Amino acid sequence: MTREKTDFWVGLFVLLGLIALVFLALRAGNLSSFSFAPTYQVQAHFDNLGGLKQRAPVKSSGVVVGRVAGIGFDNQRYQAVVTLDLEQNYEFPADSSASILTSGLLGEQYIGLTPGGDEKMLAQGSTIQYTQSAVVLEELISKFLYSSADKEGTASE
Amino acid sequence: MSGLYKAIAALGGWLTGSIYQLGAITRLFASILAQSGAALRRPGLVSQQIHFIGNYSLVIIAVSGLFVGFVLGLQGYYTLNRYGSEEALGLLVALSLTRELGPVVTALLFAGRAGTSLTAEIGLMKAGEQLAAMEVMAVDPVRRVLVPRFWGGAIAMPILAAVFSMVGILGGWIVGVLLIGIDAGVFWSQMQNGVDVFKDVGNGVLKSFVFGVAVTLIALFEGWNARATPEGVARATTRTVVSGALVVLGLDFLLTALMFSN
Repeated sequence: MTREKTDFWVGLFVLLGLIALVFLALRAGNLSSFSFAPTYQVQAHFDNLGGLKQRAPVKSSGVVVGRVAGIGFDNQRYQAVVTLDLEQNYEFPADSSASILTSGLLGEQYIGLTPGGDEKMLAQGSTIQYTQSAVVLEELISKFLYSSADKEGTASE
Repeated sequence: MSGLYKAIAALGGWLTGSIYQLGAITRLFASILAQSGAALRRPGLVSQQIHFIGNYSLVIIAVSGLFVGFVLGLQGYYTLNRYGSEEALGLLVALSLTRELGPVVTALLFAGRAGTSLTAEIGLMKAGEQLAAMEVMAVDPVRRVLVPRFWGGAIAMPILAAVFSMVGILGGWIVGVLLIGIDAGVFWSQMQNGVDVFKDVGNGVLKSFVFGVAVTLIALFEGWNARATPEGVARATTRTVVSGALVVLGLDFLLTALMFSN
């Protein structure tokens, strides 16, 4: 086989590898959900994160407006600190509230942003004041059990 | 007494022998790397080897990937169905392929398909005294023979592993979506939610590159050090497959522990 013919087949081979990689990145992986839009960072404190993970989506009205950039622990307030990357073209009032929600019954957790009514907008470095922690299923069940046990106790008296 | 003496001597001999082998393969690796600069100025040689190692392995890799994907789809569905979470099939197939099965199975097939032919080729060159003839002609056989083959293998292997993973995911899709009837949208979106480009796909590519380097190096080393007889070449070829497979599985454990342990 001549040099050029070999090179052609090798080129096809490499091209196939690139196609496979692009397929893995875009079709199987989450590269398509990476957005390279400019972002600004805000922070929020939560009592309990539940199973929130880095790169979890931040949604408002169900639309992805940003992602969780980092999760830390504030040793002064004994609370979890979550850093959110919000896309620059979405602005939210400074008194917006953040809550940790679950998609579906057992799905992954995300942060829901509910806009407030303030004139001022959230900017780079600001902190979201109003937060609501994740609902932990075990706590919910134990609350339910205790309250139904209480009811049963009062009913039999 | 002499039986015990001999047993201890055999143990010592085995240890020094292994250390000697390890040193020899490291030296070969170092000299291949040292000669790489000069040899890569002739990319035609590397291209020829990629063609020989990569293109000709493509069919076996693609077919195996397809069937591994089929089996993953069927078996994964069987297990997930018990927990009523068969929508997660796409995620299961994609994660197992990109993280583990793609690189490992490709490396094992690669050792069998390409590694053996490299060993046999170099062993026969040695048996036919071609390597010695090169040296007489002041052509460095490491530079002319080993370096292009080494880079050919190291470049071809990640490409083959990526093709394997892609075909495998398509195989899982064929079984899961087309045959079993899982919703296609859920299949892909669960996969996209769960597979991270850098942590899963990227580390898989890195893994396959490491395996490519290891398997190619072992194949070249065994051929280079084969006894120059038909029997010696046969044994070297066998050793390539055996130690190649063992090294790949051992390295895979190490790399998985390093990469995915957070």
